[in-house]
Amino acid sequence: MNWLSKQASDTQITHGQRIWLYFLAAVIMFLLVFPTLIVIPMSFSDSQYLEFPPEKWSIRWYEEYWETPRWINATITSLQVAFFTMLLATPIGTMAAYGLFVSGSKLGRYVFFLLMTPMIIPVILIAIGTFYVFGKVGVVNSIPGLVLAHTVLAVPIVMIIMTSALRTYDLNQELVARSLGASRIRAFFSITLPQIKFSIIISALFAFLTSFDEVIISIFLSGGGNSTLTKQMFNALRDYIDPTIAAISTLMIILSTTLMLGAQYLGKQD
Amino acid sequence: MNEKLLKSAERKEQLLLTALTIPALISVTLIIVIPVGWLFSLSFLGKSGDFSLENYQKMIVYKSYFRVFKTTFNVSFLTTIFCILLGYPLAYFLSQVPKKLVGIFMITVLLPFWTSLLVRTYAWLVLLQKKGMINNFAIDMGIWETPIKLAHNLNGTLVGMIHIMLPFMVLPLYAAMQRIDRQTMQAASNLGATPIQAFWQIFVPLSLPGVAAGSLIVFILCLGFYVTPAVLGGGKVIMVSMQITAILEDQFNWGAASALGVVLLVTTFIFLLLASRFLKLDSIMFGKH
Repeated sequence: MNWLSKQASDTQITHGQRIWLYFLAAVIMFLLVFPTLIVIPMSFSDSQYLEFPPEKWSIRWYEEYWETPRWINATITSLQVAFFTMLLATPIGTMAAYGLFVSGSKLGRYVFFLLMTPMIIPVILIAIGTFYVFGKVGVVNSIPGLVLAHTVLAVPIVMIIMTSALRTYDLNQELVARSLGASRIRAFFSITLPQIKFSIIISALFAFLTSFDEVIISIFLSGGGNSTLTKQMFNALRDYIDPTIAAISTLMIILSTTLMLGAQYLGKQD
Repeated sequence: MNEKLLKSAERKEQLLLTALTIPALISVTLIIVIPVGWLFSLSFLGKSGDFSLENYQKMIVYKSYFRVFKTTFNVSFLTTIFCILLGYPLAYFLSQVPKKLVGIFMITVLLPFWTSLLVRTYAWLVLLQKKGMINNFAIDMGIWETPIKLAHNLNGTLVGMIHIMLPFMVLPLYAAMQRIDRQTMQAASNLGATPIQAFWQIFVPLSLPGVAAGSLIVFILCLGFYVTPAVLGGGKVIMVSMQITAILEDQFNWGAASALGVVLLVTTFIFLLLASRFLKLDSIMFGKH
């Protein structure tokens, strides 16, 4: 029997009758991935206009990036901010997720909602609000201020990942450990933690990425010698299409793809 | 006696567990509650520094504010509609393919989802520019003759925003379709419904909560958009977030900017209240995760 005339679902429809759906889905998936991926070959174009396919291949935009202190400094700042955000957001978010999940109290639902608000509040409000308050305290353009703001954006993501990890984990194991005399803390560290460690690593990766890719808060809170990469890119984009950004974009796509695939792989381990 | 002891021990433990959220609560207080609260109070201060509603009155009096809100709603609404039109078939496709293959196809949704928004906006700027790939392609194919201005306008902004928001539509839609009991479709088929009837009369109605959830989340996130319209709009598409920045940069008027922010926030929360009837936040972010 031909695949096209095989039954395709719970109804009697065949793959042949459904071919349009497969075609449409393929087009949409192409449109989703194509604009991101096309930047990669374009970044190796020798022309100012980044044509595709490039008439002449070159790595001049990568050299441009590497040789401009402004870009390199911004990259270092972004990596620093993302790293410290990861170090802060992962334990803070994991603790909160664990506390709220295990206690299951009514109050917890409101706390959960409050901690999720950074995902929903228009970021511009967080940006100008913190800009104003930090200005009063005198910590504008400082890395710690930006790290704290990014941490608040990353905590909800850590909490979502950790809550879903805890949902598939059997908490009774902790009870067993405790009934055998382990303290709550010991039970967590020796029984629970080893079993959710991959989810913790995944949430750390996403916390890193959240900070590294963040634009609006960085525009307001970073500046001078501490401008982030996204801030520099945004400023450069408003003036003209700087081809160097294609090279930087390619590097950022490689970074996020690696982290995402790494997370997917780790997700299968837990 | 024993019961009392157990109860108090349990309460103590609940308190301890809740205490684990304290670091998170402190950071949210420092970054969200205090700053946003401060903006809220600033919005009620007039030029003289006393309590006044002048910042809000301005929004009603001046036409420019009305235009900004109209643009914001327009862009958000159109983006949502196109996300439904493109997201529904894709989510439906994902819900129908064998489980083993879903992961591979899902990468096409998750890859852009986790790629920097700025990078994707830039990609569209490059594709849509006058000497860009899409113009070249269309001219080569004879679809149009001279380069058309595709970026730096409303259409360019919409294209970028739809592309960025599509995963936010597909993930909750897919989750909702996943929950539909397959036996209902079998039953419809056994009772004589054609596949098309079964789809429209059984599957679509059952998937509507997913459509509602996806639409509301897309709409809410669109309301606060800044980067994409700023880069792809070429100054012609002014959304609320951009207006807030403009007021701060040009006039340094914190009261007016804060008032605009408060209105944006309240609007967002109204739609969020609507949304909370349909959606669980965690189902949006990671699909199956």
